[in-house]
Amino acid sequence: MYDSGKIIAGLLIFVLFVTIPVWYNRGSAGAVPELELPKDATTCVLPAAEIRAEHMKLLNVWRDEVLRDGDRGTFEIDGKQYQKSLMLTCMKCHTSKVRFCDRCHDYTSVNPYCWNCHLAPVE
Amino acid sequence: MFEKALKGNKYYWMWLAFLGFFIAVGVVSYLRQYFFGLSLTGMTRDVSWGIYIAQFTFLVGVAAGGVMLVLPYYIHNFKAFGRITILGEFLAIAALLMCMMFIMADLGQPLRALNVILHPTPHSMLFWDMCVLWGYLILNALCGWVILTAERKQVAPPKWIYFFVYLSIPFAISIHTVTAMLYCGLPGRHFWLSAIIAPRFLASAFAAGPALIVVMALILKRVANFDAGKEAIDKMVTIITYAAITNMFFLGMEFFVGYYSDIPGHKHSLQYLFFGLEHHGHVYNNLVPFMWGFVILFLVGIGLITHPYTRRKNDLWLGIGCASIFIAFWLDKGIGFVLAGFLPTPVHEIVEYYPNINEIFVTAGVWATGFFILTVLYKVALGVEHEVEA
Amino acid sequence: MDTNRRNFLKVAGISTLAGLGGTTIVNRLVAGVDEAHAAAPAGSGVERKTSETIRYGLVIDIKKFHQDPSLGEKAVNACHQIHNVPKFPEKRDEIKWIWMTNFENAFVESPNLYQDEANQTHQLPILCNHCDNPPCVRVCPTKATYRYEDGIVGMDYHRCIGCRFCMAACPYGSRSFNWRDPQAYIENINRDYPARTRGVVEKCNFCVERVQAGLQPACVEAVGDSKALVFGNLKDPHSEIRQILKEKQTIQRNPSLGTIPSVFYIV
Repeated sequence: MYDSGKIIAGLLIFVLFVTIPVWYNRGSAGAVPELELPKDATTCVLPAAEIRAEHMKLLNVWRDEVLRDGDRGTFEIDGKQYQKSLMLTCMKCHTSKVRFCDRCHDYTSVNPYCWNCHLAPVE
Repeated sequence: MFEKALKGNKYYWMWLAFLGFFIAVGVVSYLRQYFFGLSLTGMTRDVSWGIYIAQFTFLVGVAAGGVMLVLPYYIHNFKAFGRITILGEFLAIAALLMCMMFIMADLGQPLRALNVILHPTPHSMLFWDMCVLWGYLILNALCGWVILTAERKQVAPPKWIYFFVYLSIPFAISIHTVTAMLYCGLPGRHFWLSAIIAPRFLASAFAAGPALIVVMALILKRVANFDAGKEAIDKMVTIITYAAITNMFFLGMEFFVGYYSDIPGHKHSLQYLFFGLEHHGHVYNNLVPFMWGFVILFLVGIGLITHPYTRRKNDLWLGIGCASIFIAFWLDKGIGFVLAGFLPTPVHEIVEYYPNINEIFVTAGVWATGFFILTVLYKVALGVEHEVEA
Repeated sequence: MDTNRRNFLKVAGISTLAGLGGTTIVNRLVAGVDEAHAAAPAGSGVERKTSETIRYGLVIDIKKFHQDPSLGEKAVNACHQIHNVPKFPEKRDEIKWIWMTNFENAFVESPNLYQDEANQTHQLPILCNHCDNPPCVRVCPTKATYRYEDGIVGMDYHRCIGCRFCMAACPYGSRSFNWRDPQAYIENINRDYPARTRGVVEKCNFCVERVQAGLQPACVEAVGDSKALVFGNLKDPHSEIRQILKEKQTIQRNPSLGTIPSVFYIV
């Protein structure tokens, strides 16, 4: 092999670079994010596992129904009526974006730009 | 074939470095604008499109101008254009890429640009503009590359490419017609609400595009040992002459309609552009010098390219004449047309537009990128020509 | 390169493209089946159905705004406050959903030589006309602006790419653009309504969130009993707004353009 020194050295550096996510934290996945759940509500709009996976999809469905179709119909949970709204429903129970939403989002390095417009509750 | 662009003399590299400087400045300026918002331009609530869209409008025309080489050669068998159709096709690629860069620079939410594809809207002309721009870009890239490759291997181009070559001709007409349709269907913008906008766009495109190609060809004769041939240049000059005069005829008709009917909606934008518009005691005339510059440069250019001595015997003055026409139509379309459409505003106010320095640097950066791409592509094309001749 | 390697690369390239393209197309088709159900009502304003029973409209009584100049400010402030409309220091960045202007600026097709004194000294409000045939909806390349069945022309800030084509198309100058981030410039934040981000176009939305909940628009509520602004259903022959339109002569802005506005002005 010509230039074997350079090639092998280069390959080594590349492999190290590309496996950074594996060895940087020395095998651990970091601390599991701790969420501050609302004190006065027992269930969310959907069951916990479902809402964790699907909340963005749900918000998009709500957005299209409310904003584009004009369907502002409410839905019921435990006898109470709720609107299909991030600010008026979700954030009324999850009153702290920093201690709830941001915990998982920071851990998974997700940066939703919802908050550019939808005003987060005052901390 | 790209390796042909990697070998050049020091003037080639100096030119690329010169362009690279402006590209870097443009990138930094655009990042400033991206993170702050479009407030970092001169655009306002009343003149909501500025020089970015104006450059886009002009460059679509330059891209369409390439068809003036393709049409005579492939349809009418005008053999003299055989060596230079590649110049037209590569110019179209560079111009179209500049157009897209200007549109991206102008968007308020550029990361959402794909929404136009995710939510296709056939009744919006901007959707069709995106379609034809991309279509024409792909056609030119495909045709240019395949035919150049065939030339390099010294074989006839494959038969299937001719379908795309013929397709690129109506596409060229369509890109500029669709861009004109962006403007000429808007109620309330009376300066643009005229059927002659599309013909005027095409006329100035068929003058400006070939004018730039002639200038490029003359420069390439000087620096790259590439002679397009007297017959080819002469025919292009003929095309430029007729197209330029047609554009001025159309402009003259616009003047007649506005000034003879004396209807304010048809007259006031022209008045603002060429003479200044008086409104509530103040005369607004910041574009007047540009428009008269356009007229003077046109007359100088037309004079130079039609006079027998400068046309046939003197490359330098011919180049100056064509450059003059190119700059004249840039002033007409790239500055006058778009900006004056917004004034007077729908509520009959006048708010003059001035680009600010950040906007100018971004614009210069995009132009530099276009010329960079053009230089690289022409280097490839000429590299192949020289290789074949050897 | 020898021909075998060349053929291999050709086949590999085409199969990769086919694989990627194929899966994408299949996915989109599958998703498209679900989307198609949702897509039908969420079309553009041009393809959307028009309701047979509801079309919202607004009547503006110019004389009442002359008689009580404070009404204009009340209407504008109510709207801008409830919708978090920012107030920028420089006029070039300005965003306004409803504002007061002179007669000759509102009605550019009307002659204004020897204008009456009241119109010379007082102003009237103008806003988005929520046209029946809106040019802004026609030109939007992403359907970010669209017409509801009840006639309101809405704005989807999530989809707007900020191309400002709608601003060029509007013959009334009703639309504003967020040239910069507005949140720092909102004077009294209403925490029950979102703000906007930089790079999107906004305009009056006829308080669609209030109207669809049975309330009156904020500007109408702000002028109270003066009836300077009357909002209602144009298709209901017994509504208050239809009564006024029957009794009083009204004009509209730029009628020759065929936009069929929903806003009427009693001269």
